[in-house]
Formats: sequence, structure tokens, C-alpha cells
Amino acid sequence: MLKVYPFFLEAAWITILLAVLTAVLGLICGALGAAARLSRFAFLRFLGAAYVSVIRGTPALIQLFILYFGGPQIGIQLDAFEAGVIGLGVNAGAYMTETIRGAIISIDKGQREASRTLGLSQWQTMYKVILPQSARLMVRPLGVNINALIKATALVAAISVVELTYTAQRYIGSTYKPFEMFLLAGVLYMIIIYVTGRGVAWLDRKVQIT
Amino acid sequence: MTDPSHFVEIRHAQKSFGALEVLKDISLTVERGQIVGIIGSSGSGKSTLLRAINDLDPLTGGEVWLDGVQVNQKLSHRKYEKHINQMRQQVGMVFQHFNLFPHMTARENVTMAPLMLKGISKEEANTLAKEQLDKVGMLERIDYYPSQLSGGQKQRVAIARALAMKPKLMLFDEATSALDPELVEEVNLVMRKLAEEHMTMIIVTHEMDFAASVCDRVLFMDQGVVVEEGPPDVLFRNPTQPRTREFLRKHLEGAK
Amino acid sequence: MGLGFTIIPKYLDVILLGCAWTIGITLAAAILSFIGGILFAVIALYAPWLIRQPFRLIEWLFMGTPLLLQLFLIYFGLVQIGIDLPAFVAGIIGLGLHFAVYNSELIQTAILSVDKGQMEAARTLGLSRTEALRKVVVPQAVRAVIPPIGNNMIALLKDSALVSVIGVSELTLSAQRVIGRTYRPFEFYLMAAACYYVINLAMEWLQRKIERRISISR
Repeated sequence: MLKVYPFFLEAAWITILLAVLTAVLGLICGALGAAARLSRFAFLRFLGAAYVSVIRGTPALIQLFILYFGGPQIGIQLDAFEAGVIGLGVNAGAYMTETIRGAIISIDKGQREASRTLGLSQWQTMYKVILPQSARLMVRPLGVNINALIKATALVAAISVVELTYTAQRYIGSTYKPFEMFLLAGVLYMIIIYVTGRGVAWLDRKVQIT
Repeated sequence: MTDPSHFVEIRHAQKSFGALEVLKDISLTVERGQIVGIIGSSGSGKSTLLRAINDLDPLTGGEVWLDGVQVNQKLSHRKYEKHINQMRQQVGMVFQHFNLFPHMTARENVTMAPLMLKGISKEEANTLAKEQLDKVGMLERIDYYPSQLSGGQKQRVAIARALAMKPKLMLFDEATSALDPELVEEVNLVMRKLAEEHMTMIIVTHEMDFAASVCDRVLFMDQGVVVEEGPPDVLFRNPTQPRTREFLRKHLEGAK
Repeated sequence: MGLGFTIIPKYLDVILLGCAWTIGITLAAAILSFIGGILFAVIALYAPWLIRQPFRLIEWLFMGTPLLLQLFLIYFGLVQIGIDLPAFVAGIIGLGLHFAVYNSELIQTAILSVDKGQMEAARTLGLSRTEALRKVVVPQAVRAVIPPIGNNMIALLKDSALVSVIGVSELTLSAQRVIGRTYRPFEFYLMAAACYYVINLAMEWLQRKIERRISISR
């Protein structure tokens, strides 16, 4: 049992790294997606809607497989870790698009009207009036997205990235101790999720005060 | 204490929520076929008293007797449950906010309890539903869901639901208070009909005219006590207590 | 190697069979998760402390760890304690339990949000607490959670792809097998994605239809 700890800890670092990179990419995709969905241009709105619908309508695992195994056929060569980050990030971005869009459209129409009657431009209204208010509403649901994303990093085990789930699976196979290995990996996941959750709660409090 | 000789007997009812005493030593009797109205401002304890009769808000002190059986007996949990369900089957209750079951049609609302508790057959239940809904003038809406009914219609179905258990006693807890003014009369009409059939009723209401015309006796409650009681023409025309006069003056002014 | 989609019709039967398995597994796991969700919710809310606490722990463990890890635990764990289930059964149990926990969360909130007057009305008719829960409170809670549970079921469809990892021949593994023969991952994974997408659209359509149906009885 003792011998496996270092491997699990190392794997946990890979999971954390994956989660952080995925979250960053997800937020970028989410912001772009939301901007597209709220755009003045019908074509961008369509692109945004298609992105959300297709990504949320198909399994993340399949998306990873297309990218990692199918990528070389169309000239995209990625190692498993890179494919994992990009695949999961684009996937998380679709969910975050809806979160960010939801927070923006839930701001009362009167706010926009009041700002525009003062003479602010559309962009100024968005930047000075709408976004600061909707940012407060976003933190908690984005936290839910990130929680899901941490658990989704397990999928890259299927393309052989040596993260926590892959490690647990490997040692379940070699030690025949499924419960112990599950608990070991499970506890590490829950620590990561717990710490992230506390971070989100802290951020949420902070944005509520200002 | 001797066994009660009255149909409904409340003895020294006392109820407090923490330090707040909402019922202070209230005693009250109701005879079979009598209709008793309870009036009073909100917070006077009138709803609490009514809800104590079927032990929905258990008393902290005192006794409630119905037809020779004590309602609020101190029993083990299991025995109490059996006993109280038995008692409640004999007492119909109508709520201010109807509390119809939204996932059931009018028919199902009326027949659910008789089917479960009285072991009647499907056909009997059907006849019962038609009979009771017809009585409240809701037969043509028998397969409607509550969300498809107006407030007055909901309340009429709620009355039919209570009647379907063939209760000995009906309790009305501000049955028309949540209704739009134009819908009040249809519910009052049903209650008048019950009065003509000599149903025993205790009615908590804020409608003085209705109470005056339908009740045999009216109680005025204030701050947890019965301030005054008597036949409606006496209580409403010649109240003896200053508090009653004050309440009636305010209320009649408000009505105009 | 370039792309060539003309090869797809040749293996269409394998893919369609995979679709059928995916639909079957999703359906079975959905039913399990629904019944389990109600059961778990009632336990979490009303069971005695001694039953509730260990149960909470399990719930917590299931919500805090990845589904894939849970599938490994159930598949290999059951073998470990001498229960050798076919992979698809283990997959259904794993998916079903995982989503039962999530459904239970929704149902608990819904039960607590059923108006207190409903319980009172049922009690004044003479129903016992259990009868009132069963006939009045739980059915209303279930109606209230159908939309969010629908979302969970759509998530379940997509997560059913994970059981390919423990060797269940559903859509994803079928695609993988075909790819093993043809060396055309892009085409066949895309094909599988399209299948999932169509099933997903069908489920969304069904969800909207059911929501309209129940909106009247709420």
C-alpha cells in the first residue's frame, strides 16, 4: 500500500495541472462563446449556438477521441496531455458559455436603458454597467462548472494520460485492491474539489461585498 | 373530570409558542347541528383554536373532546397516530389557501382519502365524487386540475373533498379570505347549503354579514381569549364589551 | 491518410447496434437512477440518524469523485467480492447509482419545497404521515423535478460513453472496434458523435413534451 502513495501524489499533480489549464481555456472559450451568442451578427449568434449545442450534445469522451485519434488524419498532431487540455477546455467552454450568457441576460433591461439614455455606447454599457453586475451572478455557477470539470479530467485516462484515475485503474489491476485504490484516488479528488470550492466561495463573498 | 355531554367540548385550552401565549384558558362547547362563528383580528388566536380541534396545532394545555372522545390524548407516538387519523377522518377542514392537491384532478382530490382510508370501490368512489362535486356545483369540472380552476372553484372542490369523508363536523379557516371579492359568494352559497342540512360547523371568518346570517352563535376573540359570545343579532347589534365594540366599529367602517 | 467517409455504410450495422445498446443502457440506468433517487431522498430526509449518516457519506463520495473512477470501483470491486457481473450490468449499476445520487439531491429540495399546507390538508383528511408523503408530497416533488431530472438524463446519455472503458459494447466501443479494423478514427468517432447528437436531440424533444404535459398538473 505504502509504495503506491508517491505515484498517486504525482498523478494528483497532473490532475491539478490539467484542471487549471482546462479551466483557463474553458473560461476563454466561454467568454468568446457568450460574446458570440449575444452578438449583433446573426452569423456569430448561429456559430455560438452551434458550438454550445454540438459540444453539449455529444459525449466529452468522443470529443477527446476525435481530437486525439482522429486529429492526425486532418494534420493535428497532439500528445495525449495537450489533446486532453484542449478537448476538455473546449468542452467546458460550451457549458461556461451558457453560464456567462445567463448571467448577462438576467440583468434587468432597465439597466441597459438607463445607461443608454445617459449617452453611453453599447460597449460602454456592457463594460461599465452590465458586466460588473453579472460578474457577481457568475461566480457561483462557474464554480459548479469548474467542479464538473475537475471530475471530467478523469476522462483523459482513456487516452492514457497518467493522472489520478489512470493511476487508480493501473493499481487496481496490479494490486487487486479496488476499494483501497478507489478511496485513495477519491480522497485526493475530494481534496482538490474542496479546496477549489473554498476558493470559489471566497471569491463569491468578495464580489458580493464590492 | 366527567365525560363531556356536549358534541364538541374545549376545556381550558391553552397554547403558547415559547413566551408568547396565543390561547389563554379558552373553554367552548358546540352542540350537534350548531353553527358557530369565530371572529377577531389577525393574531387573536382564532385560527389556532380552530386548528387545535383536529390537533393540527396541538394545545399546550387543556382538552378537546369530540362526540365523547378526547381528541388530544397523550399516547405513545404509534397509538397517537392511529387515534388522530381516526379522529381527523370525522372532521372536515377547509383552508384559506385551499391546499388542493395540484397533481390530482377534482375527482381524484375528492376520492383519494375515501379510497385509501375507507376501502370503498372504484365505482363507489366515482359516485361519491359526482355526488359531492355536484353538491358544490363543480360536477362539470370533475376532470379539471386545480391549475385550471378559479379560486372560488378551487375552494368549492376543497369543500367537496372534505365532505367526501362524511365528517361529523366541518371546520372553516377563513375559507373566503384569499378569494377575489366577486368569487366569495359562490363559496358562501355552498356553506349556506351545508347550514340548511344542519351540518355542524365552526367557521373562522372576517365576513361579519355572512357570520350574522348563517351562525347560531358568534364568538369574538382578542389576544387569546374569548371576549364575548352570543347569538349574532345580540353580539353584532348590542355588544357589551368595549373591545368588541371597537373591533366591530373598525370593521364596519372598513367594509364601507 | 486523408478522410474518406464512403467507408461508413459498410459498418453501419455495427454502429447502429451500438446505438441500440447505448439507448438500452441509458434507459435502464435512467430508471434505476429515478427509483434510486426517490429512495435515497426519502432516506436522506426521513430515515433515523444511524441510517442517514453513513448514507450521507456514500452520497458525498459519489458526488465528489469522477464517474469513471466509480465505474472502475464497481466493475472491479464486485469481482473482488466474488460477484462476477457482465460488464453491461456493472455499467448500468454504476451509471444508475451515480445519477441516483444527483437525482436524490434534486428530489430532496423538491420535497422540502412542497407547500406545508399540502401535508396539512392530507393529514386533516386522516391520512398518516407516510400515506401523505406517498400520495401527496412525493408525487408533487417528482413533478417539480422532472425538468432538472430530464437534464440529468441527457447527461446520463453522454456519460454512458464511459462504460466503453470497462468493455461494454455500446456506441463508443463499437466505433472503437470498427476503427481497429479500418484505421479511420476521425470518420467513425465523428459518426458516433453524430449518433449521440441525434439521440440527444430526441431526448430534448421528449423532455419538452413531458414538461408541457405535466405543467397542467402542478
